[in-house]
This record gives sequence, C-alpha cells and structure tokens, in this order.
Amino acid sequence: MIAANFTGTLTFASVSADAGLERALQKSRPDLIADVSASGLKGRGGAGFPTGVKWNLAAAARSDVKYVICNADEGEPGTFKDRVILSDHADLVFAGMTIAGYAIGATKGILYLRGEYAYLRAHLERVLATRRERHLLGEVIHGKAGLRFDIQIRLGSGAYVCGEETALIESLEGHRGEPRNRPPFPVDTGLERRPSVVNNVETFAWVTSIFDRGVDWFKAIGTGRSVGPKILSVSGDCARPGVYEVPFGTTLAALLEEVGGQDARAVQVGGASGICVPAGEFHRAIAFEDVATGGSIIVFGEHRDLLHVARNFLEFFVEESCGQCTPCREGTAQLLEGVELLERGACSTAHLAQLTSLCQTMRLASKCGLGQSAPNAFLSIMQHFHDELMGRRPEGTLPPAASVGR
Amino acid sequence: MLVTDQDRLRQDIGALVTRHGRGRSSLLPILQGVQQKYHEVSDLAMQLIADELGIHPVEVHSVVSFYSFLDERPRGRFVIRLCRTISCDMADKDRIAQQLAADLQIAFGETTSDGLFSLEWANCLGMCDQGPAMLVNEEIYTRVTPALVHEVLERCRRSLGAHALDVKEVQR
Repeated sequence: MIAANFTGTLTFASVSADAGLERALQKSRPDLIADVSASGLKGRGGAGFPTGVKWNLAAAARSDVKYVICNADEGEPGTFKDRVILSDHADLVFAGMTIAGYAIGATKGILYLRGEYAYLRAHLERVLATRRERHLLGEVIHGKAGLRFDIQIRLGSGAYVCGEETALIESLEGHRGEPRNRPPFPVDTGLERRPSVVNNVETFAWVTSIFDRGVDWFKAIGTGRSVGPKILSVSGDCARPGVYEVPFGTTLAALLEEVGGQDARAVQVGGASGICVPAGEFHRAIAFEDVATGGSIIVFGEHRDLLHVARNFLEFFVEESCGQCTPCREGTAQLLEGVELLERGACSTAHLAQLTSLCQTMRLASKCGLGQSAPNAFLSIMQHFHDELMGRRPEGTLPPAASVGR
Repeated sequence: MLVTDQDRLRQDIGALVTRHGRGRSSLLPILQGVQQKYHEVSDLAMQLIADELGIHPVEVHSVVSFYSFLDERPRGRFVIRLCRTISCDMADKDRIAQQLAADLQIAFGETTSDGLFSLEWANCLGMCDQGPAMLVNEEIYTRVTPALVHEVLERCRRSLGAHALDVKEVQR
C-alpha cells in the first residue's frame, strides 16, 4: 500500500502543475470550491480543517482585498515533508495557491517560509520568476482575462508559534508572533483584517493534484473521514528514515515495517504536540479519527528512555511558548519541573496527579493550539509508561531516599 | 560608535525602508536585513527604524526580543545553530555540541572573542532524518560528525579575507 520513501516516487512527481491549474481555472468559482469540498481534502498541517469549507467562507467574505497565505513555517519537531515538497515540487504549491486566489477572489499570495529554511528562498524565487515569465502568475494568468495573482515570499525569524495561523499573520504584520483570539477567524478577519486563507504547503500541493487527477481519484484513497494520501516525515530509530507517502488509514505497524522500525517500543505521532503510541497500540491507524498527524513520525527503539523524550519535548515548549497566556507559559514550566522531579525519583504520586490535572487545565484554558497540545506527549508517556517513570533512583546515589522533594 | 558608523547604519536602514516600504508589515524584513549585515539589532538601529516607521522604539524592541533569530547583542560573523530537538538528540547531538564547544572554546550562548563565531541551540531544523543537523548562518549541514565540525569551522575562517579559496565559500 505504501507508495514510496523517496520524493521522486511521490504522487507529486507525476502530477502536472500546469494541467491542474488550467483545469481548475476552467471552472466557475463555485464549481471549483465545490470540487475541493467534494474531494474531502482536509488541512495537512495537522488540524485537519476541511479545505473546501475554509475556502467557501473566505470566498463569501466581502472585501476588495483578500489574501492567500501558504504556511511554510514547518516547525513541528520531526516534520520535514514541507521542506521536501518545496524543494522538489514548488510548482504544485504555487499552482495550488493560484487556484485558491482565483477561488476566493484574492490577488495576493504570501508564502511564509520559516527562517531556518532561508536557504530554500533563492530556489523558490527562481520558480516564481519562471512562473511569471510563463504567465502562470502576474497580470493575466493562463490567458484568463481579469485574473491577477502574484506570490511573494516572507521569512520567519525563528519562532515555532508562528506556525499557528493567527500568530503567523501577526508576524506578517510586523508584530510579535502572538496568537489572536479566534473567532474572528482569518477567513473573514485575517492579514490586515482582510479575509485570508491560510493553508499548509502540502494542502496546496494536493489541491493542484486533485485538479490534475480528478476528485474521484483522490476520494478513492484513504478512509471515509480522512481522504487521500498523506505525506509523512519519518525519523528516529528505524532503518530507512525519510519522506513517505501513505494512504490515510495506514496502521503504524504497516508503516514501521516499511521504514524498518519493527522493534520500536513507541512511536511519537504528530511531533512534540502529538501523542506517544506504545507498541501495544501499533494496530492504530494514521487518520484524523484515530491518531492524527501533521506528518511527524518519530520512532523510539527498545533502549530509549521515554522520560528523556518527555523532557526534550517540554524543554522545547518552555522555549517556544509565546508567554502570552498563563496556562501555557506557566504550565509548560511546571511540567518540565515535574519531569526533573521524576528523573530524581522525587515526584510524589500526589504531585503527579496534580500535574495530570494541570495538563487538563492547559488543554482547556490555553489560548492557542501550542498550549492546548503541549501536554499531549507528557500525558501519553505518563499513561503508557507510568511504571518505569516512578521511583527512579537519582543518578550516582545510594538507595536511601533522603532527597525527596514534593 | 563612530559618527561614520552611525551614518552607515542610518543609510543602510534608509535603503531597507525604501526597499520594503514604510508600513508596519515591513518591520520584520527590515530587522532581518539589519541583523544579516550587522549580526545584531542595536539600540540605535531600533531607534532609527522606529523613527522611519513612525512607531515607538519599544514596539521595535518588543519584536526584536520575541524572535530568536534577531539579537540585541552582537553575534558572531558565523552563527552556528545546533539542533537539539528529539531526532537530532537521539542521533547524539551532544557529541557535536561537545566538539563545537571544544573547538571554539566557548559555551552555548557565547561568542568567540574574535567575534567570528557564536554558538546557539536551535529547535527542530527539519532535518530529522539526517541528524545531527546544524545551521551555519543560512547554510545547513546534516549528519554532522565531530570530525566535520573542524572542517566546517575552517571553511568559515577561510571564507573571510585574503585566504578565501573559492567564491562559493564566501557566505553572506
């Protein structure tokens, strides 16, 4: 079932960006959006919001200026598929953005590229320049009168939270990357308070693919609620890490066999903000309705200490929390402190229960997805590997429990 | 700062403003331009940018302090960012960290006394299948070994001044 682990054999390699764009532009706007809706395409950045619904809302919003924004702020730990797509299949992404521009009535597109990927910029600018020369961007696209659309690239400056769409918009506006309250959503109040569609790199590439290959082709792949193929970034303890394309619904066991990670004791699905799935649950499927992922799959081999993994993720969140809301700013620091106590064998069961309760607070009360999902990894590791985390002896000490903290 | 240096900074900021525009949304591209050339965004730079955009310098400072790629203190000519996130961690990034610190004789967060190198941690660089990974300015290095560390540092040194061997080696 699994297609490939090298980008040359991804579906994208055989999709024609030109044909996809041309077929999409032949349709009326409502028909085009209806096709996107009918395809069942959901956002590939991780949240899984139906793309057709998003486009419909932005199309319906009244404004003389609208924006199409490509979220290329790929910062989720363990995710690198957008980098590969931008390196090898940028035309599909730009064509998808152009299709979105036509669909919602936007003339401006912006690709927000994370600062860590600045080395991709020259390549992407060349692709854009070629598309302008070929009249696939600019004043008249594909000879279609009245259709204008152009794309500019903006760089991030090293902030994970800017992958959150409203933080990304704040950043584009020249502010700190602090998420906004939602609603209002970007589809009506986005960049410069104008209606804006923000989609992930991979989502735009699939849009172009859908118009090249057809809605039926796309719908035939995947599960009922998670349609189409998904590009995964696989890393960690496996023989063949890299980029893979799988149909939604693929089990973790099948994926691990393909990548040479059968001996794994656990797999982190969805990056630092995702969940840790233990070996006993490898029958679970990669899908929005089971274990969802924006593309990050990290394999943990037999010898890995999952408390160390939890520490690494929490250090990440402590650093990357924007600090705007209390549950996230303080919660991540408290959880990290909890991990430190566990490492020293100094975390009481009562304190651990309090931390678990704090996790629920963070999920409910944090302002954006960062804080809401920051406790996921900690919680799932606590849940599945509880026995090996409690009662540790501090490194290099003798048995007596003289140094117990809380 | 010498008056001539101040003038140079003022000119550079003026040019960046002309290129990106005077609107608030130009702030990040302008700051990125200053950072790239001066390896810091100094107090004076923040004041000058604020004047150009018609905003309070505190606004500029709030943005500079938010983003990890913008620095209020001078960074080295070459900023080395070693990825510390889980996949690179599992690929033994600690050994690379150790070797970098040993070769440069500085700790993470510090800059060498000659102002050439700064050592920083980075969160996920998106090279998880090829770790350990590090960025040197805008250039990415993957599957870094302790031996490669020395080679990369030498390449940086050679790229400066009369000893530059190859135009391609000269980094921005």
